[in-house]
Amino acid sequence: MSGRTAVLVEGLRKTYGTHEAVVDLDLSVAAGQTYGFLGPNGAGKSTTIGMLCTLIRPSAGRAEVAGHDISREPDAVRRGIGLVFQESTLDGELTAEENLRFQADLFGMPRPLARRTIADLLDLVELTPRKDSPVRTYSGGMRRRLEIARGLLHTPRVLFLDEPTTGLDPQTRVAIWEHLHRLRAEQEITVFLTTHHLEEAEHCDRMAIMDRGQLVVEGTPAGLKGVVGADLVVLRTGDDAEAARAVRERFGIEAEAGAEGVRLRTPDGAGFVPRLCAELTVPVHAVTVTPPTLDDVFLHYTGRTIREADGPQQPAFGPRR
Amino acid sequence: MAQTDVHGPPTTKTGPPGPAPWAARPDRAFTRDLRTVKVLWRRETIRFGRNKLRIAMGMVTPLMFLLVLGTGLNSALSEDSLRDFRAFLFPGVVLLSVQAPAIAVGASIVWDRRSGFLRQMLVAPVRRSAILVGTCLGGATSGAAYGVLVLLLGPVADVPYRPGLLLVLLQVVLVSFAFTALGVAAAVCIRRPETFQVAVSLCMMPLFFLSGAMFPADGLPGWLGAAVRLNPLTYAVDALRRTMPGDGSAAMGDRAASPDWWGWTPPVLVETGLIAALAVLALAVATRRFSRVE
Repeated sequence: MSGRTAVLVEGLRKTYGTHEAVVDLDLSVAAGQTYGFLGPNGAGKSTTIGMLCTLIRPSAGRAEVAGHDISREPDAVRRGIGLVFQESTLDGELTAEENLRFQADLFGMPRPLARRTIADLLDLVELTPRKDSPVRTYSGGMRRRLEIARGLLHTPRVLFLDEPTTGLDPQTRVAIWEHLHRLRAEQEITVFLTTHHLEEAEHCDRMAIMDRGQLVVEGTPAGLKGVVGADLVVLRTGDDAEAARAVRERFGIEAEAGAEGVRLRTPDGAGFVPRLCAELTVPVHAVTVTPPTLDDVFLHYTGRTIREADGPQQPAFGPRR
Repeated sequence: MAQTDVHGPPTTKTGPPGPAPWAARPDRAFTRDLRTVKVLWRRETIRFGRNKLRIAMGMVTPLMFLLVLGTGLNSALSEDSLRDFRAFLFPGVVLLSVQAPAIAVGASIVWDRRSGFLRQMLVAPVRRSAILVGTCLGGATSGAAYGVLVLLLGPVADVPYRPGLLLVLLQVVLVSFAFTALGVAAAVCIRRPETFQVAVSLCMMPLFFLSGAMFPADGLPGWLGAAVRLNPLTYAVDALRRTMPGDGSAAMGDRAASPDWWGWTPPVLVETGLIAALAVLALAVATRRFSRVE
């Protein structure tokens, strides 16, 4: 136990009129962790980040970020955090270097230190060759990299990333994560990120699932998947109904025959398949074994898939919006 | 659901050691405000200087008024009164040139809000009023730059290069600051760029036509006359006209009279003070709205 807590939230609440955006949130993030905050759009993730960054005043509760109270010492919190917003927040008319210098000046960094840090960060996010071009000529991925660099400029203790890869194509998303991993390796920094991409939560040390303003569950990605526990086995057979009945009778495992075949869950799916095939009398055409995903975790705790929660207009895995 | 076991006692709630020493030591509030003002001012001036095309286009409207409108009226006016009219028009043209970049700064705030750049600034450990003052000074500087360009055309309108022009320049800076503050106040209150554009163009037309910039406004009937007296631009135009070297204030005969308050004509200093007060008021409104935390 380190005893060092980068983010500590107790009973945090935000109401807009009668709408409860965040309800009695309790949360603790240890220093140095990458912490994922997962949930569908409108779950209250951005409101939470807004409060932790001192941009939104909580209706109730308290929180400490980087060792300072968000309500009583907002300036100290602001000095201790870096921030990358969901939307691009760069000045398109300025160059990458000017954008960074603007931020360094706002935070009052001494010039020589600022110059060194800016050069290092531009290297880290591989934008040095383009540092003198106006940012409006940058691609989405380059902008996001520059914003991450800007978030790190004043050596914050906690870096908040609100949907860091939203609006990026899959390759760029992978590249951003490579940068973040490199960053984690080079600096001791706490990263707090929100996402509604379940697969991105896999990059986190710990994660929390938020739904309708409330924290649903919290733990390590592996631990949460462990709760759901079992691999999903899907069989296609000559007679699905008969196969499902056989599985229930011979193995005592719940199985249902559906449109895609027979679905069942078992802890060691791969080891189960040979035994299953030996026991079944109906012909087996195909078997797939899938380890539990965070989508299963979300479904398990909220009763919906994250795609359903997001609504049809914003598919979590569909083409980029 | 949070892991209560990692909550340490309050004394141990610190992040990893060693943020840079400067970050651990917050500077004095005044130093910080001054720095913020400077940073924002520099951003505005860099943005202004970078867009050469915008500078060129910003000059088109004032030149149109000065040269084309003047020449267009050639047929209607005698040679002498045409020269008079140009001299009369000149202060208004200066104002017109100053107004565009000042409003553009307001527009940039609206766009900053939309793009999120504003949020990024709001989360910096600086005072929000300092952000606004710096932005307004930046707008005032770009406005004044246009003003200088137009003032250089002075001889065209019988306004000679005299030291008095420096006083005019000071007024231009002030008026430019006031315009920016008004634009910024509008921008802070209006959140959608489209609405902002419409609101600005809706306001600017009557303000200009009822300011005595384009034609002598003292002969207007009752309610229009009251509108002229309530219009802050009236005093800006009049102050400029009376400070301008040459005989612009005497041009158009006696009809380019200054606004009067129940028979009393406010001196240039009072008129200038009015503009300054307006600027401060606009800035105060903008700051109040802007400092509000959600």
